[in-house]
Amino acid sequence: MTTDQLAAWSALGDRTRRTLFERLTERPSAVGELAKGLPVSRPAVSQHLKVLKDAGLVVGQPVGNRRIYAINPDGLSALRAELDRFWTSAMTAYKAAVEQPQKEEP
Amino acid sequence: MTTPATATSIRHEVVVEAPIEHAFSVFTKGFGSFKPPEHNMLGVDIAETVFELTEGGSVYDKGVDGSECRWARVLAYDPPNRVVISWDISPQWQIETDHAKTSEVDVRFIAETPDRTRVELEHRNIDRHGDGWEAVREGVDANDGWPLYLRRFADVVAA
Repeated sequence: MTTDQLAAWSALGDRTRRTLFERLTERPSAVGELAKGLPVSRPAVSQHLKVLKDAGLVVGQPVGNRRIYAINPDGLSALRAELDRFWTSAMTAYKAAVEQPQKEEP
Repeated sequence: MTTPATATSIRHEVVVEAPIEHAFSVFTKGFGSFKPPEHNMLGVDIAETVFELTEGGSVYDKGVDGSECRWARVLAYDPPNRVVISWDISPQWQIETDHAKTSEVDVRFIAETPDRTRVELEHRNIDRHGDGWEAVREGVDANDGWPLYLRRFADVVAA
């Protein structure tokens, strides 16, 4: 069942990402601050943030030469993103199904 | 806080090389032939997806063990031009029984030529599922103590 759930839900299935997300609910932060005290590298933190961002859970804003991450205030966006993926996939498969040569009796 | 209209709907459009009747028929009767298979709320594989071709009908998945999952209602059925179904699936990817919390999918078929059809799909009123995060939060609480992150998230969203 977990694989069918909301992208956000699975994005938060990872312990490190939960920690990052929880920190961001406390205050918006840059990658460097988020990485502090975590047993993962800074590039790994950036990668985790990308997953959270793709799931619509966080947003990143450039401030000066840094990027400040914050949780996405629009809770709908994760659901939209999930439905968008569903229909993108469905419509592509639909086009293929419609354009299949019609079966003819031999 | 009001949500911009664009945030509550999704639009997709596809042009298919087929007459309008065929395009409509594949979308409705043949829905199971293209529905992403990973979206399955049954505990078993889907044997068949049934799209009842009448207003007031249902769209449901039939499992290989005979179980059924009714996940949409046919709100409008106007072949070969238009079909509207509800989306009775919650953000937790479970059946939503409260119809006030369901969105809808409006699909229009436009013949560009006798052999080409444009299909416009709008999935709208997604915000009606809006209590989703609240429900996720409660599910989490009931579910042997996940951390507080979703509660905080919901609080921020509600602020």
